[in-house]
Amino acid sequence: MLKVNDLKVNYGGIEAVKGVSFEVPEKSIVTLIGANGAGKSTILRSISGLVKPRSGKIVFLGEEILGLGTEAIIPKGITLVPEGRKIFQDLSVYENLKIGAYLRKDDLTDDINMVYDLFPRLKERSWQMGGTLSGGEQQMLAVGRALMSRPKLLMMDEPSLGLAPLIVRDIFAIIREINKQGVTILLIEQNANMALHVADIGYVMETGRITLSGNGKELMANDAVKAAYLGT
Amino acid sequence: MMDKNKKILISISLVVGLFALLFILEQVMPSSSMLFVVLKKGAIFALVAVSMNLLNGFTGLFSLGQAGFMLIGAYTYAILTIPMADRAAVYQYFDGGIIGFTLSVPIALILAGIIAAIFAFLIGFPVLRLKSDYLAIATLGFAEIIRAFFQWDVLGPITNSSNLLRKFPTFSTVLYPFAVAGICIFVIVLLINSSYGRVFKAIRDDEIAAEAMGINLAKQKQLAFITSSFFAGVGGGLLAMYQSSIQASAFKASMTYEILLIVVIGGVGSITGSVLSSFLFIASSEWWLRFLDAETYIGSFHVPLMRSGFRKVVFSIIIMIVVLFYRKGIMGTKEFSIEGIGRFFRRLFAKKKEAQ
Repeated sequence: MLKVNDLKVNYGGIEAVKGVSFEVPEKSIVTLIGANGAGKSTILRSISGLVKPRSGKIVFLGEEILGLGTEAIIPKGITLVPEGRKIFQDLSVYENLKIGAYLRKDDLTDDINMVYDLFPRLKERSWQMGGTLSGGEQQMLAVGRALMSRPKLLMMDEPSLGLAPLIVRDIFAIIREINKQGVTILLIEQNANMALHVADIGYVMETGRITLSGNGKELMANDAVKAAYLGT
Repeated sequence: MMDKNKKILISISLVVGLFALLFILEQVMPSSSMLFVVLKKGAIFALVAVSMNLLNGFTGLFSLGQAGFMLIGAYTYAILTIPMADRAAVYQYFDGGIIGFTLSVPIALILAGIIAAIFAFLIGFPVLRLKSDYLAIATLGFAEIIRAFFQWDVLGPITNSSNLLRKFPTFSTVLYPFAVAGICIFVIVLLINSSYGRVFKAIRDDEIAAEAMGINLAKQKQLAFITSSFFAGVGGGLLAMYQSSIQASAFKASMTYEILLIVVIGGVGSITGSVLSSFLFIASSEWWLRFLDAETYIGSFHVPLMRSGFRKVVFSIIIMIVVLFYRKGIMGTKEFSIEGIGRFFRRLFAKKKEAQ
């Protein structure tokens, strides 16, 4: 579905991504894991058009999307859930969802109901300001907001960041659920344990390069990964 | 929840009631009353404050160019409406100027907005890339440049250089600024409640997330900037009408600060707050605190401190108190609404019942 080939990105004067290639098959959950500053976020930001890469190829559904702006990429079916949730604090839950569908001109009723079915908590808090939600609810809202653009590929930047372990479990359950409904997921995480559990394919990144890849279970059994990321 | 028709009906009757009240006031009170000064100037500043709030409060762009755009609006209005017969007298040093036509007041007011908007469009490109304080400095600088530019000798045949522009049509009734400002504010409210307004607020809350949703930041900021400047321009035109003569040197940065104060005191992000605080601010500075400027004797006792300029000292202290203790202003980000008043009275009523 998505093919990234030899992607190089400069970010703030340094080469943050030094020639990365990977693939995201349709309907799968793929994860990039790695420490802070490995270049994971930069890759997601490049795919969604927020950062202009220096060179490489990003092909989505057979189409080159590198160089397109975000407003052109979202309608093609790629949406990013930014790191740290970044919900709109002074807009209501409902308005947040509407902004998520900013580039769509058609009727949103079905999609809003779909998000409310997926997250009943959001329905209860429909008229509450985004900033008054708890961390977990905000993450749900961030995911719901992204779903409003009807993505084929949903990219998530550190969905577990700053959340209590129980909430993290809920969030990952929801990620699986969304995936079952046919949305492909590309997810980056420092919480490697959780991410590799749900992922079909995992890539390990270190300072701008992919150093290891394999299916989730293989990577969890890998000694180097264990030592570096799983703490066992 | 009140149904929509009922709400519209109440709103319309309130507006009609307000205008009827103003009309009656004008009939029964002497036209020299300070009340009318406050009402006229208050309405004009309400419009300009709301236009600034659109930018600073709703889009999160900290701009201090308001006086500059008002100047452009005021000059556009004045230059285009001075009657041909009076041009020779007004442009006495420039052979009657080079503008050979006169426009009607409404068209000139709209053009005042449009010319201000065009200037905003042009400076928006470089300036809106800047964030927070830097944007404030750049827009403030722009306003100062405009002020100097309009006083430039070479532009004399158009702007009358640094001399007064006068003899253009003015308004005599308080209904006029109320009607124009009212319509403009109504349009801004519609804009803020539309999907455009939602996008502006999204940009204010989080630029990164807004961008990730596919919002074109540059375009939307430009749109907010142009809209705000348009209404500041119309406000400038109204101010010219109110003052009956204008001079570029009067549109100082302190005028922008006054408008900013109105916005802050009213509540950043509240339209009704800006309107309320505009009238309060103008009433205080023009009327209620005037006595502080007069030398006062109680019997033979000379009240200390009270002399010309003391008003500003007291005013500054009030402002400091507001900023220190009421940081959210009168309204915060809330709006004054019919439903809100209804709720307030119902609550009051419920409490009384409980007490019994």
